[in-house]
Amino acid sequence: MIDNKIIETAALQIMSNAAIDIPPDYRQGIEDMAKWEEGELSCFVLQTMMDNWNAATEDRRPMCADTGLPRYYLKIGNQARLADGFIGLERALRSATARATHDIPLRPNRVHPLWRTDHNNNVGINAPEIDWSFEPDVDWIDITTVHKGGLFGTDYRMLFPGDGIDGIKRFFLDTLVAFGKRGLACQPAIIGIGLGGSKDTTMVLGKQAACLRVVGNRNPDEKIAELELELKKLGNSIGMGAMGFVGNSMVADCHIEVGFTHTGGMPISVHAFCLSSRRATVRIFADGSCEYRHDPMWFTPYMRRETVEWPVKQAGAKASV
Amino acid sequence: MASQASGRKSVRLKIPLSTEDLRSLEIGTVVYLDGLIYTAREGVYKKVLEDGCEPPVDLASIGNVNFHCSPAAAVEADGSFTVGGVTATASFRFAKWMTQWLQRSQAKVIIGKGGMSVEDYQNILVPAGAIYLTTVGYGTGALLGRGIKAVKSVYWIEELGNAQAMWIFEVENFGPFIVESDLDGNSLFEQHGELINANLEKLYAGLKAPALARYGETDDRKDELI
Repeated sequence: MIDNKIIETAALQIMSNAAIDIPPDYRQGIEDMAKWEEGELSCFVLQTMMDNWNAATEDRRPMCADTGLPRYYLKIGNQARLADGFIGLERALRSATARATHDIPLRPNRVHPLWRTDHNNNVGINAPEIDWSFEPDVDWIDITTVHKGGLFGTDYRMLFPGDGIDGIKRFFLDTLVAFGKRGLACQPAIIGIGLGGSKDTTMVLGKQAACLRVVGNRNPDEKIAELELELKKLGNSIGMGAMGFVGNSMVADCHIEVGFTHTGGMPISVHAFCLSSRRATVRIFADGSCEYRHDPMWFTPYMRRETVEWPVKQAGAKASV
Repeated sequence: MASQASGRKSVRLKIPLSTEDLRSLEIGTVVYLDGLIYTAREGVYKKVLEDGCEPPVDLASIGNVNFHCSPAAAVEADGSFTVGGVTATASFRFAKWMTQWLQRSQAKVIIGKGGMSVEDYQNILVPAGAIYLTTVGYGTGALLGRGIKAVKSVYWIEELGNAQAMWIFEVENFGPFIVESDLDGNSLFEQHGELINANLEKLYAGLKAPALARYGETDDRKDELI
């Protein structure tokens, strides 16, 4: 039985971890890019961002003042038991958000879209978003928080099967060029691509692909993995680097997630995470112990299952890394 | 004070910047600032320029640097402030208020994210004798947060919220910023954009247009999109 107080304390901790400490996979990705970046200004920007991450960790202050839209992704083990139930869990996450906003502090970004009312705590109608997922055969819960800006770097389009891979490449380039200029997308970024599903699914998958997979991770479908690498290379051949200056560092990595879609369509979304890719995860076990990490391990084999039945006994039912 | 660290010219200037300071700044130069700066973005612009409210303080007496920023800051129970990270927001959205604002505030330096269009520099900033500094990254929140030595005051926090309030910060070695637009309206982003644009046709070669077009790809709303 997992106590609600433990959930709230752990959620507060990952809010702080995400806001302050750049995930090591992303840092490594940018360090590697800085080595082969030929644009002098673009390279200056990458070096400055690395200085900024160091300053954030040393001072325990947020790496970016734009809190983005802080939110949560939950994975609930099928055998996990929550002392205060699902409602209690949601309440704990809303409370952690408000406390983190004051204590870290985070900028209170969340306002009513029409009245611009600001509760000064990043909590409001439909905020923070909480995405629920499940995992068979385990009794832990995973909570991931992501702080991602929300104004630029993302687009959606309904493509059709006849548009093919060319259509995907073209839209990918359109989005990077459109938001890469002046660096509005805060590149180089992890680029997530959602393909298929319904229109809303496409958007959700692309966002999760950008925010919940680490640099270097590949889709288990070999052909999709190849396409990820091809698109990464294509994005880095635009001639554009950090802040839209001349350079070749645009895409730290490219992740594609798919969902079965309408037989006549191929909807696509492209999402750019940012130079302050803020994500942090905690696993809370049944005994109340907590393990903190930077890899959300969101896309488990169960998440990507294709069949009616989930073969519980099969090897690989555990989370993939 | 100027140095050439990492091959890029870098200067440190006191606020308010003099006309000579402004004239000496070439696009691409890295800038650090000392003195008082204030934040103002759409919330403040609307209140002063559309709702007709007097600015809460004589802006010209504070300095001549307007930062398009919302800090990650908290108000403590005793009324003091904790400032964590500080980063800029995208400036192009505020162009519609800038002519009036520059006149009203006498600001000569706009700091923000991403700059504004070359037309805006030519039509708005150049006639006002103002330049544009861009933040780096974006999101050097921790580095800029370190540069804030004190919150001198904050206005309209109740009505506008933390993010849109007018914050007045005492800053020291506050930066880095890059000169994006100079007194003549030259733009670093435009220069780099042109070099990148030269490669775009080749990049798209062979990628056919999708079956269904969108408005924006044609500006005539009477056009079919198929």
